[in-house]
Amino acid sequence: MSIGFWLLQSLNALALGGLLFLLSSGFSLIFGLMRVANLSHGAYFMLGAYVGLSVLQAGFGFIEAILAAGVVIAVLGGLIERFLLRRLANRTLAQVLVTLGLAFAIADICLMLWSGDPMQLPAPRWLSQPIRAFGFVFPGYRVFVVEVSIVVAILLWLLIERTKLGAMVRASVDDIQMARGVGIPAQKLFSFIFCLGAALAGMGGVLGGPILSVYPGLDGEMLPLALVVVILGGIGSIGGAFVGAYITGFVYTFGQTLLPAFSYVILFLPMIVVLAFRPSGLFGKSAP
Amino acid sequence: MTRKSRITLISLSLLILALAAPLLMGQPFYINIGSQVLIAAIFAMSLNILVGYGGMTSIGHAAYLGTSAYVVALLTLQHGFGFYTASLVALGVVVIMAAIFGAIALRGTGITFLMITLALGQTMWGVAFRWSEVTGGDNGLPDIKRPDLFGLNLVEPGLFYGVMIALFVIALVGMWIFTQSGLGLSLQGTRDQPRRMGMLGHHVWLVRWIAFIIAGFWAGVAGIAFIGYHGYIHPLSLGLANSAEVLLMVIAGGAGTLLGPVVGAAIVVVLKMVVSAYVSRWVLLLGCTFVAIVILLPEGVVPGLERLLKAILPAARDDEEASS
Amino acid sequence: MTTELALQITGMTKNFGGLKAIDGVNLTIPKGDRRLLLGPNGAGKTTLFNLITGDLKPTSGSVQLFGRDITGLPSHHCAPLGLARTYQIITLFPKNTLADNVILSLLGISPLRWSPISRIKGRKEFEERARAALKQVGLEAKADRPLGETSYGEKRRLEIALALAQNPSLLLLDEPLAGLSRQERLDVQSLIESIPRDITLILIEHDMDVALALADSITVMYHGRVICEGDRAQVVADPRVKEIYLAS
Repeated sequence: MSIGFWLLQSLNALALGGLLFLLSSGFSLIFGLMRVANLSHGAYFMLGAYVGLSVLQAGFGFIEAILAAGVVIAVLGGLIERFLLRRLANRTLAQVLVTLGLAFAIADICLMLWSGDPMQLPAPRWLSQPIRAFGFVFPGYRVFVVEVSIVVAILLWLLIERTKLGAMVRASVDDIQMARGVGIPAQKLFSFIFCLGAALAGMGGVLGGPILSVYPGLDGEMLPLALVVVILGGIGSIGGAFVGAYITGFVYTFGQTLLPAFSYVILFLPMIVVLAFRPSGLFGKSAP
Repeated sequence: MTRKSRITLISLSLLILALAAPLLMGQPFYINIGSQVLIAAIFAMSLNILVGYGGMTSIGHAAYLGTSAYVVALLTLQHGFGFYTASLVALGVVVIMAAIFGAIALRGTGITFLMITLALGQTMWGVAFRWSEVTGGDNGLPDIKRPDLFGLNLVEPGLFYGVMIALFVIALVGMWIFTQSGLGLSLQGTRDQPRRMGMLGHHVWLVRWIAFIIAGFWAGVAGIAFIGYHGYIHPLSLGLANSAEVLLMVIAGGAGTLLGPVVGAAIVVVLKMVVSAYVSRWVLLLGCTFVAIVILLPEGVVPGLERLLKAILPAARDDEEASS
Repeated sequence: MTTELALQITGMTKNFGGLKAIDGVNLTIPKGDRRLLLGPNGAGKTTLFNLITGDLKPTSGSVQLFGRDITGLPSHHCAPLGLARTYQIITLFPKNTLADNVILSLLGISPLRWSPISRIKGRKEFEERARAALKQVGLEAKADRPLGETSYGEKRRLEIALALAQNPSLLLLDEPLAGLSRQERLDVQSLIESIPRDITLILIEHDMDVALALADSITVMYHGRVICEGDRAQVVADPRVKEIYLAS
């Protein structure tokens, strides 16, 4: 296998890592803030891809498709948060199980509306020009995906670390009781973060569409990846999600190339190592 | 007779009636539904050890049923094993798998435990789906022959159902004994007050790990019955939807009660059968039922019925004394 | 060594991040002593209990129980070594009857806790000893009631029954009177007084009247350190103790 092959696979790994970051950063923030593992997150990703597909088929551009998916999934997430999860406040397990049930409902509705055939979202021509560098040719779209994920990571990091809103989020992740005590509007914060996380997953779905395609079962494949990323990186940490996403992207991509039958098993090796030595994740706060 | 023993008597009569019902109806169709309910019931009871008695919500339990079924299928189809020898190997494999997965999953508690079990369960799905040279991938493994037992041909639905009743009764009695045993009480204690249990001398982690293995073992038993009944195994049987389905049985019936998972299994299997006869939207219904049960009936059917019975039955004198 | 020691803590330190919750504590409890741990909230008393029982691991220092090093051992090692404790916040089993609560305690020191088949309920050794422990705290009549039907004061006594049922050699009581009414306090006080003298007691308590009446000796903690130790008269006379209690 040539150097070109390894470079190309590395780019694929980076692109998958970027998609996983979009998926799991929202998951991680929601979990960190509300203690709810949102098991519909994979379904949001898939539904986002389908919404994007329909927008593209209606003749709109790629950017419009991403934005539309983001808005639709954010609204859906907001409704779920407002009318289901909030009713179950302080019953974490019930909340998690509701999101699991919703994941199935969403997946089956997708199957009903968009049929069972795998469909690839076309990458826009202005993004899919091959890029020449170091004497090799790289698919331009994957480079674009990596760039987007890095930009989003920086924006999220600025939001969490440099704004008043982010300060409130950080305080609530650390100690929700204390945060409520000092007058942080926890409920509004939950809603906002839930919508934001949902929107990121939905937009990630569209962005991933030209690479992964969209098909029934995509949700069930993406959800465990998101879980692995979050367990690896540590709950509630943007940096952890970023590092975890890229590690997972590499392990999964190379696992799939070299040992396709066991790519899922290989995927779990880093998670097991981290759980054995640092159960709270690479960037998670370890319990005192 | 105390009210409690009368409730037990009523439950037992209802159970016997329910077990006899498919035979009374006579047609193979109903008898086969009976067999499916019992297989699901054994499966759900095994998960109930974790979810109900141990307070550990696993969303990856189908992996044990599926792995056990795959091992039986592979050994009988490709390596010339007899069904029963293959079953013994399958149970060994599932126990080892539960020991390893349990050790990993129990690094986390609560929602983290749930996430790890989900991820590990999907691993097994991934292996079954992708390792197609061995597992047949998306085609699954068909044509596993139903074995004979003591010279009886179990292809006959009534006989197979009889074997399932025997297996189910063994599982149920075993479960009842377990819940009253030292280990069973210890497990229930670690569910309610893990820290106190540690201080009282109970090794919380080890108790949970053993419970995880026992649950895996019984899921393996259910897997053997499953492959015996269907003669076919597909990656979907180890997938997330199947794990969620069995969890729904436990929760809908009543987690932490002896008969809850049995009632839950009957409800889910019959519901699935009826719905599938009219529309192909079982997954949608599964999802919606899940949401509805969690919000509207979080305790499950059996605890609700128990309360109803208590309200109807007049309390006997010794109960009155105790509650005055 | 003239007197045998029940507990010896040497150079115990526990850091939570930057905060020194326990800072170089030495504590020596002779067998049969009834020691009162005194100090304002945040002094580190409960943390010290958690370090003794292995709920927390010390940053440095060691714990010896009856001459045996138990530093950092997980808490399930305590019961077989004769160490029992109660909790400041009620830590009982809400789905069980009072008798079954005690049975879980008895089970903790019985090899039957590993048996997946032997039925525990109805076994004489468990039932009788559970009832005896309940009788000791005056709850015998309510043995078969679910925990939910008992009052807060009764739960406090059941806390002690769970610990006493194991017939420990060293008993740690964490605020056994917290939240009780005057009458209930007197009940629990006489209950603690009735504990056999061969059980060594360490008691955290804020009710000075009761605490001083019960204790043989007193250790005062402040900001994670031991600042004074002695009998009642010595401690009351100590100027640092006055300062702390007048200030707070």
